[in-house]
Amino acid sequence: MLTTRRLILKAALAGAALAALPRTLLAWPEAAFTSDSADKAMQELFGSTATTASDAITLTAPDIAENGAVVPVTVATSLEGVESIGIIVSENPSPLAASFDLTADAVPEVSTRIKMGKTSDVVAVVKANGKLYSTSKNVKVTIGGCGG
Amino acid sequence: MASIRVKAKVKDGVAQVKCLMKHEMETGTRKDQKSGELVPAHYITEVTAELNGQVVMQANWGPAVSKNPYFAFSFKGANAGDTLVISWVDNKGEKASTETVLS
Repeated sequence: MLTTRRLILKAALAGAALAALPRTLLAWPEAAFTSDSADKAMQELFGSTATTASDAITLTAPDIAENGAVVPVTVATSLEGVESIGIIVSENPSPLAASFDLTADAVPEVSTRIKMGKTSDVVAVVKANGKLYSTSKNVKVTIGGCGG
Repeated sequence: MASIRVKAKVKDGVAQVKCLMKHEMETGTRKDQKSGELVPAHYITEVTAELNGQVVMQANWGPAVSKNPYFAFSFKGANAGDTLVISWVDNKGEKASTETVLS
């Protein structure tokens, strides 16, 4: 009993400490990152899974990634009013790899390197003016990047 | 600890920023080869870029971002002499930040 009470107290304190931090943008979307399907992650992150395929988004990734542990990905878009960009690897255990919250000054182009467990579609989702747009690309992985 | 390396360049008011962070980015699903036990997850969750104290970009990451993460982005409204602060927080609450003066 005592231990549980202490744990609850600890959790409450930790929560309070987190809440006290100055936050200008949204907190880390834990539920989206722990989702085990691309759709669930989309729902958690953007509140919808309905995206419009758009050729205004450029997703740059290799056709074949020799090393799944390091796959360079760049998402750029010519859409106006971009609020956030998400990178989803459909076949990863937790498909959401990264999301980016952009302010009005940010240029809607981000590059990073991600891990891919196996050959999968990589989906770039862009939220612009409240609407979701996406484009995807299949990347073949010859050596998985999840340490297996 | 200099765990973030930042390269930033301003051209026509647009700052192009490239950063490399030093971090294990453990997924929590990998097994230690000797003990056979799972290596606990340890990865960066949030990266924030601030220009003169104003947030311009925030990245939320999961464990699927590669070890020693690379992050490149750019933003408008930058001038030489502005201060750019890049900082990260990981899932264990560890933090790092680096200040760069734009040129």
